[in-house]
Amino acid sequence: MRLRCSVNGRRLAETVCPADRLLDYLRARGCTSVKEGCGEGECGACAVLLNGRLVNSCLVPLAHAEDADVLTVEGLPDDDPLSGHFVFEGGTQCGMCTPGMVLAAHALLAECPRPDRARMQEALAGNLCRCTGFEGIYRAIARAAAP
Amino acid sequence: MSGRWWRPRDLACALRIRAQEPAVCVAGATDLMAGGWDPAGSYLDLSALAALAGIRETEAGIEIGALVTCTALGRHAVIRARLPLLAQSAAATGSRAIQNRATLGGNVMNASPAADNPPVLLAYGAQVRLASERGLRSLPYEEFHTGYKTTACAADEIVHSFLVPVPDAGSHQYFRKVGTRRAQAISKVTLALAGQAGREGLCVRIGLASVGPVPVLARTAAAVLRAGRTAACTRERLQEALQADIAPQDDIRSTRLYRDRVAFNLLKEALCGFPTWSDAF
Repeated sequence: MRLRCSVNGRRLAETVCPADRLLDYLRARGCTSVKEGCGEGECGACAVLLNGRLVNSCLVPLAHAEDADVLTVEGLPDDDPLSGHFVFEGGTQCGMCTPGMVLAAHALLAECPRPDRARMQEALAGNLCRCTGFEGIYRAIARAAAP
Repeated sequence: MSGRWWRPRDLACALRIRAQEPAVCVAGATDLMAGGWDPAGSYLDLSALAALAGIRETEAGIEIGALVTCTALGRHAVIRARLPLLAQSAAATGSRAIQNRATLGGNVMNASPAADNPPVLLAYGAQVRLASERGLRSLPYEEFHTGYKTTACAADEIVHSFLVPVPDAGSHQYFRKVGTRRAQAISKVTLALAGQAGREGLCVRIGLASVGPVPVLARTAAAVLRAGRTAACTRERLQEALQADIAPQDDIRSTRLYRDRVAFNLLKEALCGFPTWSDAF
């Protein structure tokens, strides 16, 4: 199929296999922040925003990226405040989960600017972090949410 | 050999392909991609069909298109107000990233006995509508699952929509999923109950998941409850009836004994919603 989509604001058009994974497509085009963890939608390391919605790119066939806007952390501004709070609050250690975690947090804040703890836990339920214990991540989101 | 991937824009075209090609149907693709899709396989991608989208209120109930996502179900004002169990089961299906993609039609058609939404469709007495070039037919959802991972959906049919009757005002509704943890776990036992107290007994429908090869409508247990608080409706009779309805197994997620026990505990908890029954068992 002929795939037209936008990745981090860059227009792309090329011939692809519709059943191939968005995950592999993005990594092959330099978006190596998108990590393959489990490859079956359990861990969230490959999470990206597809038309503003959080998805696991390992579960998205390229057929579903047609005419879509894809955002990875490479597409965030260098001074993205939320990413800064992740660093400052110890919301990142080994870094494997961080890109997906930051995008899940962005998706949460876009629909709920002042989330409580339960809402944060629900929003991040599909993003696994085995380093931080999540407390630093919740603090980072709370700081980004503060007025 | 490379496979085929059809993504038609209109229903007639999709049904023609369905009638002619032995292709696997795809909607949100979450089960397909997680289960190791075959690059050489043939797929009929239904995700661009507007005819399968949307939620509508009708005289007979709420019509839910097969492509409605779990996120949409969990947030939709009408679903939350009138079919709250479906909003709950959709919000218990995987994580937010999964819910953004997974559809009600796909959850049903994938036919996992552990799927989260089928018990609710059973408890509400939903109809499933199947479309083919022969037309649209409606089937009670309780007749849809015919065996482990087999369904009444014919080779030329696709799941079109669901018609879910709205429970009467004042009816009691209950949903609980028991998994290893609350987030993103596959259920060990799930139970949904909807109904109300009649003059004699309870008129309820009880749906369960992960307690047999298919999602289960607990008819025998419902019949015991319908008989009312008589000698025929004891704790022992109800427990025996529920055990007759379900056929749990030992597997990687749980054991038969645990599932038997938890299924009955969930039923007892569900019955606590009926004031005069809360101490019955």
